[in-house]
Amino acid sequence: MPGPEAEFRDHLSQGKFMIQRSVSTGAYVFYPRPFVPGSGETDLEWVEASGEGTVYATTVNRRSPEKGGTSNLCLVDLAEGPRMLSRVVGIDPEAVTIGMSVRAKVEEVNGAPAIVWEAAQ
Amino acid sequence: MSDLKHLRAKTACVGAATWGCGESPGWNATEMMGKAVISALDDAGVSLSEVDGIWAATAVHAMPGMSLAEHLGIVPKYSSGSNIGGSSFMAHALDAAVMLEAGVIDVAVIAYGSNQRTEGGFRSVSEPMPFEAQYDIRNPINAYALAASRYMHEFGAGREHLAEVAVAARGWAAENPEAVMRDPITVEDVLGARMISDPLGKLDCCLVTDGAAAVVMTRAERAWDGKAKPVYLLGAAMAHDHRMISEMPNLTTTCAAESGWRAFGMAGYGPGDMHTVQLYDAFTINTILFLEDLGFCEKGDGKDFVGGGRIAPGGALPVNTNGGGLSCVHPGMYGLFVMIEAIRQARGDAPGRQIDNAQLCLAHGNGGVLSSQVTTIWGTQDTV
Repeated sequence: MPGPEAEFRDHLSQGKFMIQRSVSTGAYVFYPRPFVPGSGETDLEWVEASGEGTVYATTVNRRSPEKGGTSNLCLVDLAEGPRMLSRVVGIDPEAVTIGMSVRAKVEEVNGAPAIVWEAAQ
Repeated sequence: MSDLKHLRAKTACVGAATWGCGESPGWNATEMMGKAVISALDDAGVSLSEVDGIWAATAVHAMPGMSLAEHLGIVPKYSSGSNIGGSSFMAHALDAAVMLEAGVIDVAVIAYGSNQRTEGGFRSVSEPMPFEAQYDIRNPINAYALAASRYMHEFGAGREHLAEVAVAARGWAAENPEAVMRDPITVEDVLGARMISDPLGKLDCCLVTDGAAAVVMTRAERAWDGKAKPVYLLGAAMAHDHRMISEMPNLTTTCAAESGWRAFGMAGYGPGDMHTVQLYDAFTINTILFLEDLGFCEKGDGKDFVGGGRIAPGGALPVNTNGGGLSCVHPGMYGLFVMIEAIRQARGDAPGRQIDNAQLCLAHGNGGVLSSQVTTIWGTQDTV
């Protein structure tokens, strides 16, 4: 039985964006933990995230090409409530704005699957 | 819960020193830290053999308390390498006050040292952030840029508001012979500097320097026995709520809003009583957030509060009078230098930038990515 981070990454490797929810309180949890932070309930189940999100904060990570190049880096508020650090792909990094609606997808980042976001249609 | 009034003014800083600020080629971090300790003890008129409490935190030592005590050749009754980032040293002052007042130790030393500049830049023993590192986040710069982006969005601030903080800091640095960057800059210079992580450009970011610092603390009853004018620890309080920027509940309000009122409550003074305000300005956004969170202005008003020269030399509120991490010195973890500037101002020992009658001086530390916040309030004998 893997720990929560390993299980999250197992789901990602199957192309799924799974987050946790407390059965008793309904509270969603991300990043994955063995209990609800702050209150400690251990009745977490895995549920598929809606994949809908809103950009909460954004920056352009300006690096030289040999150090990985320029990319977007942002905080996305999931429709379910929790927030995650990620990046918006598919558009110019400077074109990402706070409040923008975005949709999750699983994509390889630095050799492993990860959640990235695209501008929602 | 106790307001810690029983610890108020029971201990004092009786010696302080900085050493090797700027560039110290050929010196390692432990040697630098040791030099600062010896200088601070000399300033205090306290002998090394009397030191029985050691606090140290750096970005490169896993067990700095042991490394420093060994280097000094002493056997402390208590030591700690507790590390909550750049605010560690304000936390150490609170620790030291508790341990001194409890009688566990008699003389506390708090120290820091770094040769990061001559070693090729900031490096840290910190672990990668588990749900962030994959996205190539560069901490701390990207995290502070995210906070700045949110602040600008929520409160209609522009980069020119942030730039005022850098210009004011450079103004103070010009008056401080110890400061590393002293040439004047303008808002246009800040806006035109190379962008590093939008909206933060190069002049929105702290320096990368070498430097070491140390302070000596004793119980108040022996504080006048030494050479230096004692500066009393009137208030101290800590709060932190996240390690990773993605877990910060609200990017425009830090835990300084919590640490600040508790420290003021312990001291029995408020923001309006402070004669100087020293804030950990790793980036220009810090100064604005902390002025708001500590109660010097309302949330969202900081962008205007820092303008018009208010926090610059000659302004109504002297902020970061040494030039700050932006222009004076920033050797990786800057918190002890913040505290020493507050102590020097209260001692009347701040050549070139001394504030008249600086009796009450706030030193606020920040660590991680706006994570740990520790507020300390220092005062002269007359404020006790």
